[in-house]
Amino acid sequence: MSKERIQISEALYDIMPSDYQDLVKSATYGKEDRGWKDIGTSKELIEQHSLCAGCPESMAFRYILASLPNPEDTVMVGSTGCTSLVFPMVAVHNIHSLFGNQNAIASGLKRALSVRFPGRVKDVVVLAGDGATVDIGLDMTLQAWFRQEKFTTICFDNELYANTGGQESGLMQKGFVAKMAPVGKLFDKVRLPEIARESGCHYVVNCTVSKPSLVEKVIRNAVHIAREIGPTYLQLYTPCILEIGKNSMEGLQEMRDSEKPAERFAYKEYVSEPAKQLLAELAAKDKERKAAAKQLAAQAQAN
Amino acid sequence: MAEIKSVIGTQNKKGQTYTDPWKLLHEAPRTPSFFTGSEVIKEAIRRASCDVMIAYPITPQSEAAALIGELFAEGYVGDYFRGESEFAVMSQCAGASFGGARVFTTTAGPGTMRAMENFPMWAGARLPIQMIVTCRGINSPLSIQPDTLEIAYLLNTGMLVWHAETAQDFFDWILKGYIVSEEPDVHLPLALCCDGFFVTHTKDVVNLTPTDMCLPPYDPYRSPVPCMDMECPPVRMMRDPFVMKSNYISYATHASWQQEIWAAVERSRKHTIHWLNGLIDTENTDADIVIVASGTAVSQGREAIRMLEDEGVRCGLVKVKALRPWPEEEIREATKNAKHIFVPEFNVTGWLAKEIRASIPNPHRVHAGPHVCGGMTMPPEIIVSEIKTALGMKTFSLAGRGS
Repeated sequence: MSKERIQISEALYDIMPSDYQDLVKSATYGKEDRGWKDIGTSKELIEQHSLCAGCPESMAFRYILASLPNPEDTVMVGSTGCTSLVFPMVAVHNIHSLFGNQNAIASGLKRALSVRFPGRVKDVVVLAGDGATVDIGLDMTLQAWFRQEKFTTICFDNELYANTGGQESGLMQKGFVAKMAPVGKLFDKVRLPEIARESGCHYVVNCTVSKPSLVEKVIRNAVHIAREIGPTYLQLYTPCILEIGKNSMEGLQEMRDSEKPAERFAYKEYVSEPAKQLLAELAAKDKERKAAAKQLAAQAQAN
Repeated sequence: MAEIKSVIGTQNKKGQTYTDPWKLLHEAPRTPSFFTGSEVIKEAIRRASCDVMIAYPITPQSEAAALIGELFAEGYVGDYFRGESEFAVMSQCAGASFGGARVFTTTAGPGTMRAMENFPMWAGARLPIQMIVTCRGINSPLSIQPDTLEIAYLLNTGMLVWHAETAQDFFDWILKGYIVSEEPDVHLPLALCCDGFFVTHTKDVVNLTPTDMCLPPYDPYRSPVPCMDMECPPVRMMRDPFVMKSNYISYATHASWQQEIWAAVERSRKHTIHWLNGLIDTENTDADIVIVASGTAVSQGREAIRMLEDEGVRCGLVKVKALRPWPEEEIREATKNAKHIFVPEFNVTGWLAKEIRASIPNPHRVHAGPHVCGGMTMPPEIIVSEIKTALGMKTFSLAGRGS
């Protein structure tokens, strides 16, 4: 899709919803260096959402949507949970079908798009909670990686089932007392980032969403590597402030506390050799592009 | 506006000519061929312009699913792979269909049951996926033998459900199935069922259309819901996600959407009648006794009728081809003269008899049986015996009955 596709017929302009008008006027489809800094100066690809006030998931959504390198040709796949309350307000095509089948949906989708649009970039990005990714959908999560399906899997890890009211999940910490873990969770947090690496993912990152610039970097890397090489996995800590007894203002601090060096969300990254090479190539191209732009600006000034 | 060009008459990369479906199925020359049902599935898909097929092994559909893989290797199918379970496969089919592909898959028995959560989702998302169901037992202890109980579970999913009797039905209906289910006013998935082994693993003479002619490709932009390929504007679907809201608008939205799915099933009726030449076939329905059946029970019923004729008992036959949409009026009309209606079935609960009883006046006329299940065959003699017993006629003793 190009930006022309979202143009509004002049005759219908005044009856279109204002958020759609804004999307046409000032969204960042097609902008090569789009990123989190566009937030505030352009129309975001997310409209109002119905997440709780201060929910870190809402921050994550905004950073991710601002950072997708190619939203005009990106289809997102979600699953049941808090994220499914947001997807209807997102200005890229997105699919919700069942709980836990997101990586299976994405496998079929990516293949269909490859058959239908040979030689064209069509990115597929999965975004689901930890229950969907690690518990009910684990089989399909892993099998998509084994098959080297070329899409990105993002897990919003809030370490419990938030939407159903805070039940134990596989990514919950050992010992945490929750619904369905009345005497505390009896086994360790599932080590999915390591499993992802062993399952064939070419880029794996475990971090929080406290820093928008970091989210932008890992999203761009993950999508580019998935497009060219194979599966990528991001596990992002988006604490459920409601279920861990925090206030609306405390989400950011919770993430900062949890990403300290010895903590469970200290930044961890794995990049496969072919992915390293690709990232180096992309960085070189980016440098070239920036230099050319700088030169052009200098020339314009001289003239 | 862009010029609209028809693909009819042009060729695909395999050199097959996209042919008007009616001409392909009604006017193109046919070649008699001696094939198993599984091979016939392959031959139909060769002509179906399929974009994606996703496979999983389960008896008795494994052979057909593997043969489609050969078609992929030959370049007749856009993409093909083995999924990890039927639940995953049906979700992968959904993903491919959301992305605008014409999708094909096959399953059977426990696979149908494992995948079940997907089927109302397919219908709700208006995905015109075609799924072959080669019915087999779903009971415990494990059985791989023919048994049609799983069809009962498919009837309320919102899918179209057809029940083929022969390999010839299969060949024609796979192609016709795509035409009906992709109609913009239908746009629903189709479960094309047959009785496993009896149809899949036996050889029969099937009249095939030429290999160099195929269906026109699926056009996802005729879909009543947007194709998820970012080729059309990403509309904001709703202001408030009503998925988990507890309010009247949420309930009303869900209710009207469910009603729309079933309205689409109803709208498929006219297309199904057109392409299958009616939802039912009838023979001699002026007789006092009528057998109503679907699948291979029709073949056994036909043989029982021939045997009864030798004894001077005249009997009519109704072959039910489509189960969804349900041919209620047709069955009522076809059985209006019948004093006794027999419904032979390859399952223990008799779901077809229940559907018929709910559709006709004086339902006490329906004799639900004979039933065989768990892989038992249905010799025409037991249908004859059931009918003669009901009529108070003397019957020969059947082995093992101890009579």
